[in-house]
Amino acid sequence: MFGLEKRDTLLLGVVIVLTLFAPFILNPFPADSGLAQFNAGYPDLMQRFVIFGIFAIGFNILFGLTGYLSFGHAAFLGVGSYSAVWMFKLLSYNVVPALVLAVIMAGLFSALIGYISLRRSGIYFSILTLAFAQMSFNLAYSVLTPITNGETGLQIYTSDPQYLQSVDAPSFPNLFGAAMNSSTTLFFGGWTFTFSVGYYFCAVFLILAFYLAIRIFRSPFGMMLRAVKSNQQRMNYTGLNTRPYTLAAFVISGMYAGLAGGLLAAMDPLAGAERMQWTASGEVVLMTILGGAGTLIGPVLGAGFIKYFENIFAKINDNVLHGWFAFMPDGIEDAMVAIIHPFVGKGWHLTLGLLFMLVVIFLPGGLVEGGQRLGRVFRRRDKNAGSVEADAAQQRSEAAE
Amino acid sequence: MAILEVKNVGKRFGGLQALSDVNLSVAENSVHAIIGPNGAGKSTLLNCLVGKLIPDTGSVMFDGQSVLGRKPYEINQMGISRVFQTPEIFGDLTVMENMLIPCLAKRDGAFQLNGWSRVVGQRDMIDKAEEMLRDMRMIDKRHMPAASMSRGDKRRLEIAMCLAQDPRLLLLDEPTAGMARADTNNTIDLLKQIKDERDITIAIIEHDMHVVFSLAERITVLAQGTPLVEDTPDRIKGHPKVREAYLGESQDAA
Repeated sequence: MFGLEKRDTLLLGVVIVLTLFAPFILNPFPADSGLAQFNAGYPDLMQRFVIFGIFAIGFNILFGLTGYLSFGHAAFLGVGSYSAVWMFKLLSYNVVPALVLAVIMAGLFSALIGYISLRRSGIYFSILTLAFAQMSFNLAYSVLTPITNGETGLQIYTSDPQYLQSVDAPSFPNLFGAAMNSSTTLFFGGWTFTFSVGYYFCAVFLILAFYLAIRIFRSPFGMMLRAVKSNQQRMNYTGLNTRPYTLAAFVISGMYAGLAGGLLAAMDPLAGAERMQWTASGEVVLMTILGGAGTLIGPVLGAGFIKYFENIFAKINDNVLHGWFAFMPDGIEDAMVAIIHPFVGKGWHLTLGLLFMLVVIFLPGGLVEGGQRLGRVFRRRDKNAGSVEADAAQQRSEAAE
Repeated sequence: MAILEVKNVGKRFGGLQALSDVNLSVAENSVHAIIGPNGAGKSTLLNCLVGKLIPDTGSVMFDGQSVLGRKPYEINQMGISRVFQTPEIFGDLTVMENMLIPCLAKRDGAFQLNGWSRVVGQRDMIDKAEEMLRDMRMIDKRHMPAASMSRGDKRRLEIAMCLAQDPRLLLLDEPTAGMARADTNNTIDLLKQIKDERDITIAIIEHDMHVVFSLAERITVLAQGTPLVEDTPDRIKGHPKVREAYLGESQDAA
């Protein structure tokens, strides 16, 4: 279906179901229960899941397929955000022109940076992209203040022209009138489910982005990219110039990043230079490796994983911990809180770092490899269980005779 | 008629004159071997032919056109394919994908942004790749990762990948280095078969005299960066200069 192999269609189906039902799936705990703080099914966080999922899918097309490790992809995310906000300022709050310009600008920008950086490979390529991204960050932060509004960040003022903004249109990014921040809430028993326009808008893009990634992975172009990663020398001696392939992959992943940046601005119409900083570039590398570089679903899982930690673990403070361990005697309670304290709240990076180390050491293929191993264990158990049942059935039939 | 004409080629690395005044002419549809002791400049010469190195002096003409200043992929497009000393294949890809890439490269000629079409949809290319694999008796291994094959199989795959591009000149750099006797003989048979079935010129650099004398029609002996003699295998065997270059003073001792 859709020009895909059976397995890929299944994978796409799983992604569609997961994204469309995410408001339910990510809200397993009733709103008034003690575990409600582990719920991730609120629009703001779900939007981050899918937007950074798109970012990571695109990054994986470069890193996962060609092996070129870019440390500057956040620059394209930032370019996308700035472009989108400028469209809001100049034209209207409609997201369509904003996203179109975000993708185009990120594509042009990545073509320029890619053209220069791809003259080198390996660590030199990584350093070049890092240098370009930091230059972009500094440009945005200070030099280009007239365009980026410097450290304040680019935002929309009532004095902005907005030539195409009609009077009755919402004064928030919207898709032909449907504002991104509008939502409906469903109360069901103790549960609260929120469905927001913004989330579903982003989810549609995630599904499209994922579908396009599958097509690229299974295309001759994708095969050539994997060949570049595997043996660049043989590519050269097969009559193929590898530069156009790597540049195309770089630009495609830059455009994915631009789309993600544009969506970020559409969810919250402001853009700051910190979005382009090297830590943001590093984050997408972590997402891709954590989930499984070179796999289709891995980057999405990695993005979800990291954003979940960033938002959920960071919210656990000492009061919450004391609440958890209140049933213990005072001395032990304080000791438990003291032990866990460094790993939550502001220390969530520490937990993430430990998990990242565990994954890289024990599951070099990322979370996807973990899933495959689990799958294999269960399949073996199923087979065993199946044979046991068959034996039992045979014994029963023998006994009946 | 000569398909490859090397004239007065010299190459210097710092204080080392790796090649000096090399003249070599490879006749079309022949098998030409280049032999010589270690450090004679065989690999340097080969690298000058494929664009990996640019000689300091002289000229290299392939089929009437100069190869100097062209990139390896451009020289490959002219019709020169190279087999490496250690097989250079796409180890992470399957055998079938390894075979498909040169087929697609030959068909497309240059970069194609075909990110929307499907590999499984390239029916004619898959048929061609399968046929090549069947010829090499590797069709049953087509779903294996190429890196997991034996050394001999990797070599056969690499040769098949080069042939898929219908090259006019096949350059082999010690194709049997590190191979067991049986694999070496298989490779010799394979190369003989290729020569019989195709309009192809083969230039081979080799250490193993058994391989050289079973394949070559002409032999150039290289020593200290210069061609010593060029002749037929029979005449090379007994040539005093060649014995001297290879055996040095130990000849007297024996």
